[in-house]
Amino acid sequence: MSAPDRVLAPFGRRAARMLERRVYGAYVVLRCADPDGPRPRAGQFYMLAAAGWGGGDGERPFLPRAFSVLRAGAGNALEFLLEDVGPGTHRLCALEPGEDLLLVGPLGLGFGPPADGRRPLLVGGGVGIAPLAICQDELGGASALLGFRDAARAEGARLLADAHVATDDGSVGQRGLVTDLLREQLDDDAHAAVYACGPPAMLESVRVLCHERGAPAQLALESGMACGFGACFGCVVPTRRGYVRLCVDGPVLDAAELETALVTGALVH
Amino acid sequence: MSTELCGIELAKPIINASGTFDAIAARRVFGEALTSRFPFAAFVSKTVTLAPREGNPPPRLWETPGGLINSIGLPNKGLRRYLAEDLPELAALPVPLIVNVMGFTREEVAELVSAFSERDEVAALELNVSCPNVETGLVMGADPGEVAALLHHVRPLTEKPLIVKLTPNATDVVAVARAAQHGGANAVSLINTIRGMALDPRTGRPWLGGTTGGLSGPAIRAVALGQVHSVAGGVDIPIVAMGGVQRGRDALDLILAGATVVAVGTESFRDPAAGARISEELAALAAKSGLSRDGTSLNC
Repeated sequence: MSAPDRVLAPFGRRAARMLERRVYGAYVVLRCADPDGPRPRAGQFYMLAAAGWGGGDGERPFLPRAFSVLRAGAGNALEFLLEDVGPGTHRLCALEPGEDLLLVGPLGLGFGPPADGRRPLLVGGGVGIAPLAICQDELGGASALLGFRDAARAEGARLLADAHVATDDGSVGQRGLVTDLLREQLDDDAHAAVYACGPPAMLESVRVLCHERGAPAQLALESGMACGFGACFGCVVPTRRGYVRLCVDGPVLDAAELETALVTGALVH
Repeated sequence: MSTELCGIELAKPIINASGTFDAIAARRVFGEALTSRFPFAAFVSKTVTLAPREGNPPPRLWETPGGLINSIGLPNKGLRRYLAEDLPELAALPVPLIVNVMGFTREEVAELVSAFSERDEVAALELNVSCPNVETGLVMGADPGEVAALLHHVRPLTEKPLIVKLTPNATDVVAVARAAQHGGANAVSLINTIRGMALDPRTGRPWLGGTTGGLSGPAIRAVALGQVHSVAGGVDIPIVAMGGVQRGRDALDLILAGATVVAVGTESFRDPAAGARISEELAALAAKSGLSRDGTSLNC
């Protein structure tokens, strides 16, 4: 991993042909060909939409949806990890090979390299494990601690190598929270650099834990976003330097910049 | 396909709506391509106020059927830093710059107008009057008397074109537009967002940090068309029309209703290059249809 953390996006929305749709329990991986786009950095994201946008529950979706890239492969095949939780993800999860995925990206600032020779430690929760897969690729390997609600979601752990899993119901791996795994790891060796993505409550626990143990942490946050390129000012999160737009100044933020990772405002996807 | 607005030559009749495109942020994201393929014929800035504003607490957005409610709260650097930091960068854009300003008193608006009046980089000023005058408690743009008094105060301060951005949240928009014209405005722009609200489905409490917000997108297109039609019947100055424009067809409708120039707003959120696409669609449609509002061919 080396600078810069931001790869510029081609201007405008483009169509990426769907190559494959894979199901991992409760999750869907969309694989598409993006030959005209650059190779993204780990932690960057894309705004996704599809033909037939609108007309779902409540005549939505209307706006594109932001997704961190899961993986970038040969020929710049991009992969995204989705869970069907609302009208936008419902439409996207139904995309079949041959259809067009409409995208803008790569957007935002991604993860930076680990400081001071620290060992990278990836911490993910639920569908938030997505940017950690490409992060693991870029780092050339790193331990992954992944938390899921249940066995259907824990299928997502297959997307990363060397994953230690915790589930809320104990159906897979250790019963409990991913932060329990993180605490054990940091107790063993706090000379780690943490890369985390997941729900706000998990990220806040990671932030507090890392702060207590003196381990730097890069957190990939989520916020409701209309545009993804700094136009709408909708995705701000509070930091020690005031509100920042997560789309252009994030989505990866240094945990030290945050007083809390409990940010509000994620749209119903 | 060129057109002219208050003496400003525009290469095409499509510009952006204030607050829906941040050219400086977009340049960080898209690089030089943003400048070389700039999607609008003029750039309208986000609202600048005298003092810096952090904006409203999040959540700031809510998706509706065919639209978006925003409660952003006009975050900006304030006049001093805008002049020092943003104006030089925006002046480098390949299109004329229209600066949108808002004050909470007539004196504040006057100070903003005077400051930008001195800057050659600024082609025109747009007055955002969708806020309360803290001295009278009245929303400036909702009351013809307020708009008349405001223009009486600021019109003598600049020779640059003044465009009054009308709010649709007024009882009689045509009366406000007439007051703007009578007060010396060179154009009016409409419509701003329509006041709306969303409840958090989990709690039943207001979702937006600012409680209420402004609705935009195709959900308000018919309202925009209706108000543009009405205002066009009541004033002789040019109209910059906006509200839910997604396609060339929508832009053409607003031109047929009386607009000189059409602005694209929320659609740019879905595709940053939407303005360029809409311009091309509009040109093709106008050429093909030969439609016009006055019996002659459209100037686009």
